[in-house]
Amino acid sequence: MDLLEFIFGRLSFDALPKEMITIGGALTMVFGALFVAAVITYLKRWKWLWKNWLTSLDAKRIGVMYIVVAVIMLLRGGGDALLIRAQQATSVGDSTGVLTSDTFQQIFSAHGTIMIFFVAMGLMFGLINLVLPLMLGKRDVAFPFLNSVSFWLFTGGMVMINLSLMLGEFSAAGWLAYPPLSELEYSPGVGVDYWIWALQIAGLGSLFSGINFLVTILKDRAPGMTLMKMPIFAWSVLVTTILIIFAFPILTATLGMLSLDRLMGMHFFTSDFGGNPMMYINLIWAWGHPEVYILILPAFGIFSEVVATFSRKRLFGYKTMVAALFAIMFLSFVVWLHHFFTMGGGANVNAFFGITTMIIAIPTGVKVFNWLFTMYGGRIDFKSPMTWFLGFIVTFTIGGMTGVLMAVPAIDFQVHNSLFLVAHFHNVIIGGVVFGYFAGLTYWFPKIFGFKLNETIGKYASYCWMTGFMVAFMPLYALGFMGATRRLDHYDDIGGWQVLFIVAGMGVMIIMLGIALQLLQLGVSVWQRKKNIDTTGDPWNGRTLEWSVPSPAPFYNFAVTPVVHDRDPFWTAKQAIAKGKIVEKPTYQDIHLPKNSSIGMFIAAFAFMIGFGLVWYMWWLAILGLLGVVTCIILRTTSEDTEYTVTAAELEKLDMANKNKERFA
Amino acid sequence: MNSVVTKAPHEHDDSTTKLGFWIYLMTDCVLFATLFATYAVLRGNTYGGPGGSELFDMPFVLAETLILLTSSFTSGLAMLAVHQKNVRQIVVWLAATFALGAAFLGLELSEFAKLAGEGHSWQASAFLSAFFTLVGTHGLHITAGLVWLSVMLWQLRRKGLTAHTSRQLGLFSMFWHFLDVVWIFIFTIVYLMGVA
Repeated sequence: MDLLEFIFGRLSFDALPKEMITIGGALTMVFGALFVAAVITYLKRWKWLWKNWLTSLDAKRIGVMYIVVAVIMLLRGGGDALLIRAQQATSVGDSTGVLTSDTFQQIFSAHGTIMIFFVAMGLMFGLINLVLPLMLGKRDVAFPFLNSVSFWLFTGGMVMINLSLMLGEFSAAGWLAYPPLSELEYSPGVGVDYWIWALQIAGLGSLFSGINFLVTILKDRAPGMTLMKMPIFAWSVLVTTILIIFAFPILTATLGMLSLDRLMGMHFFTSDFGGNPMMYINLIWAWGHPEVYILILPAFGIFSEVVATFSRKRLFGYKTMVAALFAIMFLSFVVWLHHFFTMGGGANVNAFFGITTMIIAIPTGVKVFNWLFTMYGGRIDFKSPMTWFLGFIVTFTIGGMTGVLMAVPAIDFQVHNSLFLVAHFHNVIIGGVVFGYFAGLTYWFPKIFGFKLNETIGKYASYCWMTGFMVAFMPLYALGFMGATRRLDHYDDIGGWQVLFIVAGMGVMIIMLGIALQLLQLGVSVWQRKKNIDTTGDPWNGRTLEWSVPSPAPFYNFAVTPVVHDRDPFWTAKQAIAKGKIVEKPTYQDIHLPKNSSIGMFIAAFAFMIGFGLVWYMWWLAILGLLGVVTCIILRTTSEDTEYTVTAAELEKLDMANKNKERFA
Repeated sequence: MNSVVTKAPHEHDDSTTKLGFWIYLMTDCVLFATLFATYAVLRGNTYGGPGGSELFDMPFVLAETLILLTSSFTSGLAMLAVHQKNVRQIVVWLAATFALGAAFLGLELSEFAKLAGEGHSWQASAFLSAFFTLVGTHGLHITAGLVWLSVMLWQLRRKGLTAHTSRQLGLFSMFWHFLDVVWIFIFTIVYLMGVA
């Protein structure tokens, strides 16, 4: 066997980017990374970064790192969106547009994959990490080390998908890589393999996070906090994690089978030797449909907290909110077939899945009305998280209604695979998931960093997102009705499509302005942080436990574990103090916190080696990676020295310092 | 929200770890369920080649099954010894579990080699792809279990029976029984229903 082939597999200099767009993208990323590294070196912050962030097992810090990665990926995915719009606005008639059709296919595949897996999932896990333990009155998640493994696997997948821009190519088979197109016969390059392994690595991270947060909620609540006294955000996380636990193993198995087809010549989903491509499509949606609820439910949870806080009222219909979450959880597993009514399952099959899909509108409607009734009669404070909420209610409801429309199989046959569908799912994902997470970021930012984000710029950013969304996606509904299919890289100069595509492109520009304003908001807020400082720990007059600790939340979260008697524990405590209740002097105790560990990072690095080795047929690298992962796991599980103690005396000192800071700031 | 004295909050009681491991096993269960569903859909797609009734050697599979069931029994005995804190017995029963597990794995690999040698490899048809993947995934889990078992034996030798090692042994026992249950489903659905 050729030695070079043994070492490098199918990797060669041919893998370097050739097209201007990809070269530009690759160079931007390389220089961006070098610039960041140079700044850290100049500021001599490497040790600080390693000790305080990269190896930290503090859920709040892991949460911030998730969000940083997700925001960077939002910029990448947004860039892809701009390119898609530019291509479709220009590639008409004799003009072939700005991209080759192969690059265009890779870009829309990357856009979808990145936005779902590395932006939406990243923001979700980030926010859960930031506030879930605080809300439950606890110091950390159930398994802090596993949490770090999850984060680093997520980051490993992120690196893999971005590496495809520099070495080789990315999948051109869409964000879900339907076979037989994604099989070796039709996609012989490395693109689909990059897609598989980026998702496989990040997906395992998500699965571990799901287990971790579920155990946290079931086992690690403050004394007195029964399940029915938990904040709705915690309930939404509970339901989301159950969905993750049932859905993500299906993804793991399905991606595994597709890669066995590609690597070992199996015939699960090929169009020959008895393979069945529709099996893949059923399986991927048995994961994929719950996945969209995995993303939206925590956003619902965030809005439930935001609306109650800014309406100065207890959330309306707490029990029905919980019931609605569970109804959505069950229903989300019995609707997957609506993604392919055109499969030919027959009228009865389609009718069943059409009806279950429409039923989901009921619990969702219950939630919408509960939020509105919470606002009704409240003293509404229109802070920027509330602006996002109002944008959400309008946008998401429109998206929900177009969804019900498509749940009718007869209508779906008309609009299937068209831009109408693209408009629909952006309508619910941007209007629901993205607005929800932005509301959450604005709302909880002061708890983590100790100062509020600039309100004025934040509101302008949200207005840009809302207008930009409407301008960008309403034309797509029209285009879908006119017969424009999705993933179109070229069309004839007939029917007046181009005008609508140009309008849609302008809409994306407005959204980009919104993103620019958000970055400006962050910059200005950091610059003027003294002005927006939060000295009380309770900047919004909140209701739940996270607001009862100082801002930024100390590394130990709570000096003394709180005891809960009520659904809005902090609100009731504030009321009682206002009525003259005397606060007892706290009794401090020794606490145990997890020590830093870099093993999670190494596990992800070795997992990355496995993926990279399998993408490029560098088998030795994959084996080395596997050995590395196993060794790391053994090292960690046999080690017993994983915690350190903060003594009661130290804790009292820290707590007193925090309290004095509040008084004199 | 007054404060009372509670037990040190981050002291991990066994029940948290156990619950986490149970949930992990359930995710593994969903993974196997996906492979079972795929097998059920593809089992008829033999592409003109032989199906399960022609390929499976039932006495051989029965031997495999009995060996794995016995290994589950010996791992149970090891757990009893953990409760009695009898390290010597733990080691003996764990070693027996390891030997039986390794024998099972050897038999499975020889079955795979025989099938592939006769031209019925995973590339021959969708049915065989699904068969090799489902049974092979179980085999991979057994392999992971054997690695874990070796680490446990090494740990017992180095540290003896501490709270840490006995908790890990408890988790291992859950894992091994779980694999046993999965195998019973494989035996029934793949082999028994395959030759029926």
